Amino acid sequence: MRSLLYLFTALAVIGLAAWAYRENHMTQQAMNDRRALEREIAALTEALSIQRAEWAYLNRPDRLRELVDVNFERLKLVPISADHFGEIGMIAYPMPEIRSDVVDTIETFGAIEHLMGTVTEDPEEEP
Amino acid sequence: MIRTPLRPLARVLKARESGENPDLIERENRRLRQEAARDQARNRAEGRLVVLSLIFVCAFVVLSARMGLLAATEPVALARGIAEDISSARADILDRKGRVMATNLATHSLYAETRRMVEPERAAQELARIFPDIDAERMAARFTDPNRRFIWIRTRLSPEQQQAVHDIGEPGLLFGPREMRVYPNGRMAAHVMGGASFGQQGVRAAEVIGVAGIELYFDERLRDPEQVDQPLHLALDLTVQATVTEVLEGGKHMLNARGATAVLMDVHTGEVLSLVSLPDFDPNTRPAPPTEGEPADSPLFNRAVQGYYELGSVMKTLAVAQGLDEGTVSPSTIIDTRGPLTWGRFRIRDFRNYGPELSVKDVMVKSSNIGTARIMQPIGATRQQEFLRKFGLLDTMPLELAEAARARPLLPDRWSDLSVMTISYGHGMSTSPLALASAYASMVNGGRKVTPTLLKQDSVQGGKQIISPRTSDQIKLMLHQVVQEGTASFARIPGYPVGGKTGSADKPNPRGGGYKKDAVLATFASVFPAHDPRYVLIVTLDEPVDTTGPEPRRTAGWTAVPVSAEITRRVAPLLGLRPVRVEDANAAFAQSH
Repeated sequence: MRSLLYLFTALAVIGLAAWAYRENHMTQQAMNDRRALEREIAALTEALSIQRAEWAYLNRPDRLRELVDVNFERLKLVPISADHFGEIGMIAYPMPEIRSDVVDTIETFGAIEHLMGTVTEDPEEEP
Repeated sequence: MIRTPLRPLARVLKARESGENPDLIERENRRLRQEAARDQARNRAEGRLVVLSLIFVCAFVVLSARMGLLAATEPVALARGIAEDISSARADILDRKGRVMATNLATHSLYAETRRMVEPERAAQELARIFPDIDAERMAARFTDPNRRFIWIRTRLSPEQQQAVHDIGEPGLLFGPREMRVYPNGRMAAHVMGGASFGQQGVRAAEVIGVAGIELYFDERLRDPEQVDQPLHLALDLTVQATVTEVLEGGKHMLNARGATAVLMDVHTGEVLSLVSLPDFDPNTRPAPPTEGEPADSPLFNRAVQGYYELGSVMKTLAVAQGLDEGTVSPSTIIDTRGPLTWGRFRIRDFRNYGPELSVKDVMVKSSNIGTARIMQPIGATRQQEFLRKFGLLDTMPLELAEAARARPLLPDRWSDLSVMTISYGHGMSTSPLALASAYASMVNGGRKVTPTLLKQDSVQGGKQIISPRTSDQIKLMLHQVVQEGTASFARIPGYPVGGKTGSADKPNPRGGGYKKDAVLATFASVFPAHDPRYVLIVTLDEPVDTTGPEPRRTAGWTAVPVSAEITRRVAPLLGLRPVRVEDANAAFAQSH
């Protein structure tokens, strides 16, 4: 019985040692990975900040203004002013799309002279 | 301890007499001795075991505590950019819509380790070819000096220069990483940004420190490693700032002004949306402070914040506001404006004779010095000081710029009755355009004190009530009437009703005594939309001359007002203000009175 206990203890010690050895290596690997990732993150952050700085530099108001002036023919951009605002009533209400399956219709309403095109004046202008 | 003999003579003799075996005595004694030794050994071993197990317990406690601690704490990423205990990191500065105003860029510095150099003379010559300001012979002398081991050559390099230095192939020329402060918008908002330079330098890193403006004011906050990832959001709007700068620059050029400044501020939140001072500079290559000439003419001088000037008639609004607020006058009270008003040796005159009497409203509209002096006369020095102090005009106007704290208004040594009258129309006391913006904002926002700020705000300031809402309404209407009927008629622009007050102050003689001839500081303080002011705009031009007419015109109505009107016309739509019909604005005015 006692020897069995010793055997198990010895096995447990060997097992734990193997586990600790593996754990140690994995930790070191993880730390290496972390360092590599951090380096990558730092490089990417730096690249990102350069891109952002460059973007800001290319979009600086002076340059945009010059670009607008150079491309005035095509873009026709002018500074926004009060007359660029409109009333809501100035926007046309979208016409409902009328689908018609009828072709070659014949107009049958209205005065006969108007339908025949003999009257020149527009009837809507009458009061 | 007395050692018991194995064969004690007395007992052996006694045993022999009684015929017992004396060897038994010896054996007995030997047994006792052995037992004692065994007990001692066991005690010692037990003690050692206890100590050993205690050590083990301690070790396990320490280990498990450490493991628990590691498992419980938040993972921390290593702060970037820290080397040799020098942190080069610095937070970005963004405008109110998140556009970059200042950021960091990785670059390299160049240094030489002379012991590693192979061909110092050739390296010096090649360096002189790349950097024209390097003298080849002097550089070679420094490289070959046996007392020198380490030489800084350049604090920052462009990528092209770095490649060129690489191509020299000299092993003694080395690069150190550097973070460089970049202002991608160049001169835009130069006086707000200030500038940055290198502080403590090491080979692997260098501190980036603010030297002026907001960079210096928030230096610690920007360099704080915990807040490096959080950019600083300014109240400035880059588009608005660019537009104001463009128009102001055009105005300054056309009117031949020595300098110009504009401040655009939200009347409710106190946010400064635009702050321009011309001439300006590029914060990327901040010039050295001037060693000769007027410091106030230097491009580094922030006219809006540091420039305390006698601003003239724009201050009349404050005098009238005090009269209205204290109830000594109403807009329709008739004031005696017969001139000149003589006080001792001093005479107060108007720009032209406006007749024997004017209503308080017309004193504002026509800008009568005599009228405002007469309004202030009964109020007196003490109450005038109290009133101006409530608006913060007697102290330094706080703003998040390093320069702001050092500038103070110039006040009369003795606040006499004459001072009361001259200050009522803006002479004898100096005010900065920023302080004026704050005062106008407080007057038209319903009478609450507003402190200007350069940081983006989320809510209305809700400061102390310093004048009544009724006075505020009356001032709004009068400012609008100045534009509609008075000295600021050029400020009428389609779609946006403007209210404002002009001021054309003679500039004091720099050698002391009196005022210069033909040198005017023209200011227009305006608010828009006039019926429900949201923004206040101060435009000041230094010695402008309008030469389009038959004779040169210097008053603000001909100089500052048209420039200010153009700024408002361009900026109001950018601020998201809808144009208003004249009838709607008039209806709003009628409703509030």
